[in-house]
Amino acid sequence: MRDRCDHPGWRRGRSLVADMSDRSYISLDNVVFTRGQRRIFDGVTLSIPRGRITAIMGPSGTGKTTLLRLIGGQLKPDSGSIRVDGNDVPGLGRKALYTLRERMGMLFQSGALFTDLSVFENVAFPLRVHTPLPDDMIRDIVLMKLEAVGLRGARDLMPAELSGGMTRRVALARTIALDPELIMYDEPFAGQDPIAMGVLVKLIRELNTTMGLTSVLVSHDVPESLSIAHYACIIADGRIIGEGTPDELRNHPSERVQQFLHGQPDGPVPFHYPAPDPDSDWGGLAPEEVPGG
Amino acid sequence: MANGLMDRIAGLGRGGLETLASLGRASIFLWGALVGVPKPGVGLRLLLAQIYAIGVLSLAIVVVSGLFIGMVLALQGYTILSDFGSESAIGQMIALTLLRELGPVVTALLFAGRAGSALTAEIGLMKTTEQLSSMEMMGVDPLRRVIAPRLLAGFISMPVLALIFSVVGIWGGMLVGVEWLGVFEGSYWGNMQASVTFSKDVINGIIKSLVFGFVCTWIAVYQGYDCVPTSAGISSATTKTVVYSSLAVLGLDFVLTAVMFGSF
Repeated sequence: MRDRCDHPGWRRGRSLVADMSDRSYISLDNVVFTRGQRRIFDGVTLSIPRGRITAIMGPSGTGKTTLLRLIGGQLKPDSGSIRVDGNDVPGLGRKALYTLRERMGMLFQSGALFTDLSVFENVAFPLRVHTPLPDDMIRDIVLMKLEAVGLRGARDLMPAELSGGMTRRVALARTIALDPELIMYDEPFAGQDPIAMGVLVKLIRELNTTMGLTSVLVSHDVPESLSIAHYACIIADGRIIGEGTPDELRNHPSERVQQFLHGQPDGPVPFHYPAPDPDSDWGGLAPEEVPGG
Repeated sequence: MANGLMDRIAGLGRGGLETLASLGRASIFLWGALVGVPKPGVGLRLLLAQIYAIGVLSLAIVVVSGLFIGMVLALQGYTILSDFGSESAIGQMIALTLLRELGPVVTALLFAGRAGSALTAEIGLMKTTEQLSSMEMMGVDPLRRVIAPRLLAGFISMPVLALIFSVVGIWGGMLVGVEWLGVFEGSYWGNMQASVTFSKDVINGIIKSLVFGFVCTWIAVYQGYDCVPTSAGISSATTKTVVYSSLAVLGLDFVLTAVMFGSF
């Protein structure tokens, strides 16, 4: 069967995604979110296609993780609409929200494994809570999920005994335990060695294909994210500054987008933090900086 | 001058608003924990695990403290009462002091220091390492799964610990008063039996410890749940738990004593 990603129309990127509004699994419309005095999102509109890997990238502190928490209903926007598979997330009641979350999975940056449970019990946790399955069936499912991430042999280890990469793989096995429709990955590659990163890239790609998932990948690791994403967007200053297929992003005219993608130290985002004029700053301490002054 | 005064007034107002907001959050938090109880089978297993962690593991400190406090009470009581030739009343003095006051109060203070601080640190660390968030995203409400069993376990454990504290204290008092200082054993137990009433002294002591157990556990779990998710945040929350719990216990003890035993 021909993969939809190979379809020529898919390569047209956003225009196609916009046309396929019925195919979007998540849609954000004019979302505004403020934390304290700081406006994190200032009218973000985004459509995340069903069954695809969408990478959300951007510099640190731009609210990428916050965006995932808004989609998961852990935070509520000040205004705007967030819909997941047709459900208005901010408007859902507590019970409906928890029911919707059973169809979602989220891989946290730290893995967020329960430290008092073994690897096996961590993966079994959502099954024990949400299903009436007998223990022998839960055992088989857990071992299948651990096999999928290559850690069936680590079932009896405790989280403290795992490396960073293994922790994320166990967390991934726990995330897919209930066969969710959506997985959100929060910085899955951060702090990983090249082998662990390669394993995670492979797993994200394979899981998306074999399970027919919708995947949202938040990361600032540009090469890895663009290598597996069907669609990508870059967030900065509370809004989306560039979006499209990976190829479209690479050829994007925005200097800001290019600075981010190529990791240039200076550009629209300046190297220097705002400071007084150097000529007036060198050669002595200002009166307010003199100790005891 | 005027600006400084205005700043102070504004600071007071801000502090008051923050305190009110915190109380509101704590109440909503408590409601969320109380309305939802896990499935009976799962809930019982979680509850028993927490009763073990909160109650059983606090037994050692409670028993040792109770023993020494009973022994000190006997020593002090004997010194004072023997001046009036009333050393035979030492049993009733120890029993009433422990059952009405020291049992519930000291147990609650020990509880806040041992179990309360541990609860705050545990929940705070779960928050810092995103375990609570991951639970939410798995469709599991942490208020029901994590907080409710701990709250209930503290409520159940405290009166039992307070009773054990009082019993051990009375026994410690007997060791010093009767075995060491030579008070007649019959008068030690007899005066105690004659003066202690179950409905007034024992039940009121249990009511006090139920209130203290609820308040101390509520403070502990809330501080952990509401802490800033950093190591400094957990440290601050743990300190707050011990300080707030101790002050709440001492303040509530005065109010409860006035209501239970005050003759006005």
